[in-house]
Parts: sequence; C-alpha cells; structure tokens
Amino acid sequence: MKALTWCAPYKVSVEEVPQPKILNQRDAIIRVTSTCICGSDLHLVDGFIPFMKPGDILGHEPMGIVEELGPGVDQSKIRVGDRVVVPFMISCGECFFCRRQLYSCCDNTNPKSSIGEAMHGQATAGVFGYSHLTGGYAGGQAEFLRVPFADFNLQKMPQEFTDEQLVFLTDIYPTGYMAAWQCDIKPDDTVAIWGCGPVGQFTIRSAALLGAGQIIAIDDEQKVPERMQMARDGGAITIDMHDEYVYDRLMDLTGGIGPDACIDAVGMEAHGYTAIESLYDKVKTNLFMETERPHAFRQAAMCCRKGGTLSVPGVYGGFADKIPLGAIMNKGLTIKTGQTHVHRFVPELLEHVKQGRIDPSFVVTHRLPLSEAPRAYDMFRAKEDGCIKVVLDPAA
Amino acid sequence: MAKSTRNRPASTRESNARQTNRPPQIVQTVEQSVQQLNGRSSGLQNVGNPERAISIAAGAILAALGLRRRDATGVFIAGVGSALAFRGITGHCSLYQALGANTCPCDADRDDGVEVSASFLINKPAEVLYSFWRHFENLPKFMSHLESVSELDRGRSHWVANAPAIYGGKVEWDAEITADEPNKLIRWRSLPGADIEHRGSIQFTKALGDRGTNVRVEMEYRPPAGKLGQWIAKLFHEEPKQQIHDDLRRFKRLMEAGDILTIVGQPRGTCTGHGVRES
Ligand SMILES: NC(=O)c1ccc[n+]([C@@H]2O[C@H](COP(=O)([O-])OP(=O)(O)OC[C@H]3O[C@@H](n4cnc5c(N)ncnc54)[C@H](O)[C@@H]3O)[C@@H](O)[C@H]2O)c1
Ligand SMILES: [Zn+2]
Ligand SMILES: [Zn+2]
Repeated sequence: MKALTWCAPYKVSVEEVPQPKILNQRDAIIRVTSTCICGSDLHLVDGFIPFMKPGDILGHEPMGIVEELGPGVDQSKIRVGDRVVVPFMISCGECFFCRRQLYSCCDNTNPKSSIGEAMHGQATAGVFGYSHLTGGYAGGQAEFLRVPFADFNLQKMPQEFTDEQLVFLTDIYPTGYMAAWQCDIKPDDTVAIWGCGPVGQFTIRSAALLGAGQIIAIDDEQKVPERMQMARDGGAITIDMHDEYVYDRLMDLTGGIGPDACIDAVGMEAHGYTAIESLYDKVKTNLFMETERPHAFRQAAMCCRKGGTLSVPGVYGGFADKIPLGAIMNKGLTIKTGQTHVHRFVPELLEHVKQGRIDPSFVVTHRLPLSEAPRAYDMFRAKEDGCIKVVLDPAA
Repeated sequence: MAKSTRNRPASTRESNARQTNRPPQIVQTVEQSVQQLNGRSSGLQNVGNPERAISIAAGAILAALGLRRRDATGVFIAGVGSALAFRGITGHCSLYQALGANTCPCDADRDDGVEVSASFLINKPAEVLYSFWRHFENLPKFMSHLESVSELDRGRSHWVANAPAIYGGKVEWDAEITADEPNKLIRWRSLPGADIEHRGSIQFTKALGDRGTNVRVEMEYRPPAGKLGQWIAKLFHEEPKQQIHDDLRRFKRLMEAGDILTIVGQPRGTCTGHGVRES
C-alpha cells in the first residue's frame, strides 16, 4: 500500500510499504477514506520533536471503513463494514486515566513508555504516526491503518454526512472544543485565541458554542488573510499581530483588565512579535538548545486577566525558555492543557453536527490524492494558495 | 563481576546503553561525539540510563548554546552543558555523589548479585492479580527473560530463561514457594543446584479508594562463577531496574487491558521507496 513516510527534517515521501496486519487480538484494520495533515505533523516533520526515525509513517487524523477485526474484538461494538473515525490517541479504556476520561494519558498503550518517562517523568498514551515518544505507531496517512483496542477506540459514524463533515472528530474539532471547554466560559467572558490555524478555527467556533461574550483571534493578516477572514466569519474580532500591538488591543477590548481566558492554539513553532525575540528562539531551537518557540504562550500569559485561565492546546515537546512564571504566579492564573481526550467529546460534538449547529467542513481548503502529500505538506507549511486544511484521499 | 562492570570503559557501557535504551538518533550522534571528546572514564556509575540519555541530549543542547554565544553567560552555559553531557556519557555525576543521591541500581549488586524492586498501581482487585501471578506458568507472558515456568508438586516449580545458543540456549532452575498468603504475598526461591540463585517476592496492598491494588515486586539474582555466570550477570545486570519495571508494567497492561500492545510487524518505510515490517 501507499503511505507517507518521514525521511529527514522538512522531507517526507510517499512509499510502497507492506499492508498492516492484526498484531494484537483486539486490533482492527481500517481502509482509510480520508486523512488529514495537521499542525502537529509540521512539528514532527520539521524536526521539533526529536524522536522520529527515518521511515516512520505519519498521520493521526484518519477515518475509513473497517476491513478486518482481530479475534478479541467485541463485535457488539464494532463490525466489519462500519464507517469509523479514528481518534488520534490510542486508549485502553480500563486504566486509572481512562476511567477518569483522561484518554490521552492512558497508561497501557505506549509500547515505548520509557522514553516518555525519561523525557516527561511519565509517559502518555500511544498516538498514531506521532514519533517514538508516543509509541512509534504507524500513522494514518496511508491506504490502510491498524487500530489497537478497536472496540474502544473506533467511533462509529452515521452515513448521512460526508467525510469532510466527520473526519475532524479525529482531532482538531475536539481539540478546539476542549481548549475552550476547559476555560469554563461564562456569558460575559472574553476569550482570546492565538493562532487562526485549523485548531484556532475550531476553538473560535467552540467558544461561540459555549456562549462566550466576546471572542478575539490573533494571527498575521499579511501572511494568512484567509485565516483571519475565516475567524471573522466565525464571529471573532481579529487582531493582526503584524501591524498591531496585541497587548494594547486586548486591553482596549476588555476595559483594561485583559481577557478572561487566553488560548494558545499556536504551539512550539510560533513566530515572534519582535525581531530580537524571534531570532533568539529561532537560533536556539535550530541548534537544539531549546525545543520550543513559545512566543504565543509568553504573550498569552502577559495579556491574561488576573485570576484568568491560560488554555494550551498548542503542542510543546520539551523545554522552553523565558516563560513568564512571575506573571503566572502573581496574577494567579490557572493553566489548562493536554493532548485532547478525544473519545470523551465525540458523542457531544457529533450531536452538534447532527443538530446543524456546526458544519466542520468549513475549514477544508484542499482535497488532494495521498500521492501528492509531500507537495501538500509544503503548501500547508508555507500557507500558500490560501491553504488552511488539507484532506488527503488515499484512493485517488 | 560487579566490579568489572563498574570499571568497564565508558565506550563499552555506552554501547550497552544504546542497545537497551535506544535513545533517539540525534542523541546518539551527539553522544558519540561527546564520547570521543571525553575519551575513557573510570568513575562509578551513579546516573541511571534513561536519565543519561536525557542528560546527554540536554547537555549537548546547552553546550551548543554556550559555544555559540560570546559573552559571559555563554561561557557559563557552555560549562553547565558539557558537565551535563559528561555526566550522561560517563554515568557519573559528582553532584549526585556529593548529595549522596543514587538513581542507578548498579550499587545494589555488592556480592555479584542483583537486587531490584519495582511497584505499580494496578486497577484490579488483589484477588485477580494474586491468582494470576500464583500460577507461575503465567509469568513468561510478561517477563521478557523467561521462556517457561512449569509447576511441579508441593509448591515447587521449574524455571527456564532464554540464553544464547553457545550457552545451550537456556538457563534452568527449580524453585520453591517459601511464603504464600492468598491475595497478600508470595515469596519464592531457587533450590540448591540451580544455574542461578534466584529469589523473589510479590506483595499486594489495597490502594486508596477505588484505585485498585499496589503491587510491589522484589527480585534477587546471584549468578554462579565462570563464563556462564558472566553471561547471566550481563543478562540480569544490564538494566535490572528498568527490566523489572518494564516486566511489571507488562503485567499491569495484561491485567488491566487484557493485552500488551506491540508495534512489531507493523508496516514502516525505509525512504528508498520500498517499506518493510517493523522488527
Ligand atoms: N492538544 C492537542 O491535542 C492538539 C491537537 C492538534 C493540534 N495541536 C496543536 O495545535 C497547534 C495549532 O495547530 P494547527 O493545525 O492549527 O497549526 P497551523 O500551523 O496551521 O496554525 C498555526 C497558526 O498560528 C499562527 N501563528 C504563528 N505564530 C503566532 C503568534 N506568535 N501569534 C499568533 N498566531 C501565530 C500561524 O500563522 C498559523 O496560522 C499546533 O501546535 C498543533 O500541534 C494540538
Ligand atoms: Zn492533529
Ligand atoms: Zn487507559
């Protein structure tokens, strides 16, 4: 089958690899019908998470049809032929963490836990196509995918919606939702969101679903005008980090107290606000002296109102410099973060789709064959051709 | 043997660390180059291996930073950086020594024996865990070195561990149960005449609230003298702490989730256009 593999920083290729087979008794094999490229893939491809090996198959946002089931799968839950969404996290459903719905923290699905223990103190769940830090599982940018604990992980989907309307339940729709949900939004709250990428877009829509009084989105009007427009279409006021002072605008919009919730939907590859700050983190990360470029996080912490919430869906991998701990401590901020506990949100978010409150396909700008994935990565990274979200079709 | 393990040159220890630990590629290269810089080392090892991989990576990161900066901070950072990298390569940290801290199990092996322990919280009642473990036949399902355990009579059992072909392919011993308190504790030890002197125990304690059971395993291996003994020592010495930790983690996974997930056999690429199966 065809699969997209990582070969070196900034280099991916489409290769012919063996078909996946059942390896554990509760595995399923899925024929992938749609699979997407995520901002997280960029972190991996660009070498920001140094646990990739050449030949690793990428992709953690796939959906498809169940082709084969292992002998241990509970067939009352999942059957061959079912249409399914695959959450990017692999969870067991039984451990301490899964029982508390902290599915991305599952204790039992990462075969390489010792790396996570060394890097972070404890290891998190296995993830498809997401480096050896999360188990080294083959990813879903491929024609077929093996899914462990299939009767727990696979999410059955109705027939009446298109792939584009459902596929983001794998990751970015729940991710945007969790980012807003964990801010405990009240009707008179102002929510500020850094980054108008796909995650930022779903965060904006989720903050609206959760009844935020005012939503403000921050990104670069010169580089990504189409993302800024999409944010405005979603009901956000936009701040152009390129031409405006983000802090000043936020204070103007909140009577000087700052937003109640500040959400970093940018992550480790943020662009800096000043040339010096940019250069500092760029040089350091390029030389592996720091693993992140936490510009958005720093600014969010400085802008957040006293006693407010900092929510961080943006991904970080290791160690960051110059985190304004003083601001966080003295202003009494609460930090909420984590890889998304996707399974927890799927039923509720599917219901919003069924009720017509949101059509997740709004974010798609490109649908391309899997064979063109390397070009799609370059386009998505460079934000060329108005690219916001790419859906790949393995069958095309 | 334990002495010689400690005094082995850094290079030998490093290659072993690589086999068992598999640090990421970038760490390996950095590791190798720092190793060349440092040459041999003869200190005791008091820094555990996963921690060493991280020390090396972090050390290299800091050293690189310092080397690129020309001011005083740069010099300071470069200093800390190479100290960290040095510590990673040699497995020795004078700061730890000064503090009397020890994150490595290597000192537990005073008379050529290995004593290790591990604990895990397992989300199952003690009865379930006890009865699975009490059937020693089950142990090879999650203990990577064991090939088989067969129960004989009167609490005795026959254990077979894997070994390279030149040593006959296996190491064997008989063991007996020396304490058995249902749902609480099991102790066992090898009988005289074993290839390896072994003793072990497992304790089950109810965890707080509905968190299941705290399981604690202690094991001790004492290899005989001679070549075989050397090999056994190597087998059980490399990463004894990591080993028992990983084994017990597999036990937890088997008990909680009913299976131990693997990626061996999945497809992977090679960047040559034709993929292979993960081995
Ligand atoms: N927590 C999770 O489970 C989870 C899941 C999916 C994605 N993510 C993470 O979310 C983040 C965003 O993902 P995405 O797919 O939207 O990525 P993306 O790269 O498409 O979007 C990032 C956006 O941030 C903007 N940006 C860069 N620097 C900025 C700054 N300093 N201030 C404001 N905006 C800035 C960029 O212009 C871009 O539009 C990534 O870090 C990704 O890894 C997390
Ligand atoms: Zn994603
Ligand atoms: Zn779990």
